[in-house]
Amino acid sequence: MLELFGTEVNLAPIWLTLEVATMTTLILLVVGTPLAWWMAQMRSSNKVLLEALVALPLVLPPTVLGFYLLIVFNPTGPVTEFLRWFGFEGQLTFSKTGLVIGSVFYSLPFAVQPLMHAFEAIPHRLLDAAATLRASFLDRFRTIVLPLSRRGILIAATLTFAHTVGEFGVVLMVGGNIPGETRMVSIDIFDHVESMEYTQAHLLSGMMLVFSLAVLMLVYGMNRRFGVKVG
Amino acid sequence: MKNLIGWGSLVVSILFSTVVYAESATIAVASNFTKTIEVIGQAFEKETGHQIRFSFGPTGKLYAQIKNGAPFDAFFGADERRPKKTIEDGLGVKQSYFVYAQGQIVLYSAKYPVDSQPIEVLRSADFKHLSIANPKTAPYGERAVAFLKKKGLYEHVKSRIVNGESIAHAFQYVATHNAPIGFVAMSQVVDPKSPVYQKGAYWVVPASDYAPINQGALVLKRGENNVAVQAFMNFMKTQKAITIMNRYGYKVD
Repeated sequence: MLELFGTEVNLAPIWLTLEVATMTTLILLVVGTPLAWWMAQMRSSNKVLLEALVALPLVLPPTVLGFYLLIVFNPTGPVTEFLRWFGFEGQLTFSKTGLVIGSVFYSLPFAVQPLMHAFEAIPHRLLDAAATLRASFLDRFRTIVLPLSRRGILIAATLTFAHTVGEFGVVLMVGGNIPGETRMVSIDIFDHVESMEYTQAHLLSGMMLVFSLAVLMLVYGMNRRFGVKVG
Repeated sequence: MKNLIGWGSLVVSILFSTVVYAESATIAVASNFTKTIEVIGQAFEKETGHQIRFSFGPTGKLYAQIKNGAPFDAFFGADERRPKKTIEDGLGVKQSYFVYAQGQIVLYSAKYPVDSQPIEVLRSADFKHLSIANPKTAPYGERAVAFLKKKGLYEHVKSRIVNGESIAHAFQYVATHNAPIGFVAMSQVVDPKSPVYQKGAYWVVPASDYAPINQGALVLKRGENNVAVQAFMNFMKTQKAITIMNRYGYKVD
């Protein structure tokens, strides 16, 4: 509990939100980088399908995604069965793990798109030249691709993080609003509004507004600063 | 040709005369009452020719919308508190207020024999999650918690409770088997179109075990002079509407 302007603010949802957003960002950077690289190299018409699939969460209402997740996450559903092979014992709905997996799907385009565009912009002759000097693929990736794509990587990380913080529909649908486990800030605000606690709702909403504005300014600032160097 | 225009204008004027009498209205309705009021609405439109559009949502959200100028002519809440609050705010018409129905809670499960041994199941079954509507915002959830406390079971199941944002949402958790057991509204299990209709078992929590869920309704200032709203509020008190409400598991005094 924190006292702010004479109103008690429960901090647990804020920490939980930051935790889920951090985990989601880390996972998406690890999973999204090879996926984006693969997509950037693709020339076949399959790329169109893949791009569309990645962008789906942008256009699907969170209620659709949440509803499907409720069905595929259920204790006898395919995803849970799959994870059991790896020794997973819990349940995906109503758990932090489920929220992170749901968020990974939901924020996928925010990580993959900037990464893919960054990778596509790397001149092929640089990589070819390095290859003739017998630099291994990992070598080339580490010394050429990563430094040249740092703007894309930073943008992917910031957008993924911010988007997960602002997530509502998916969390609402599969979370179950359990304090300390799945009650994220957006849900907390919703509950305050529902129960007519408008002061708390105002405080938390104000914090979200300032945070989102700061993150977006950071992204656009990076765009400008690195934009000139890379392009 | 002249004749045709004459007939045409006659037809138009007849059409218009019915349009003048039939009005339309928009009514905000608590999620638990969705199915029931849709059925009542159809009967009403058939009988009167008036048109009613319903806007469904959690009572608290509807209240917030009304307070911020939402274009609703009447408000059917899931409790008495929020509809009465609109009177305090100067947005509701005091004289029009009435309790339209009493909601009933049921314990539903597709897995456990809750119909024969509800208390034993709650006390000793190995379920991981018990779904209820958020007690902070939804009266159905609040009564479910009150019932559990009365029976001395609350501390026992507390850590396994998952909260749906509304009773509709709490129901989704059990209907999709994410929670094997849950407290839901009776209307959700007795509706023949419900996904759990005649599947699993349910137990009607005795009315003596929790305070009645009086669901209040009233006309809002915006709909004060709307003929359709007036007619609909009257229709809600007819035997026809009461029969439908009973069929969906609501009690009407």
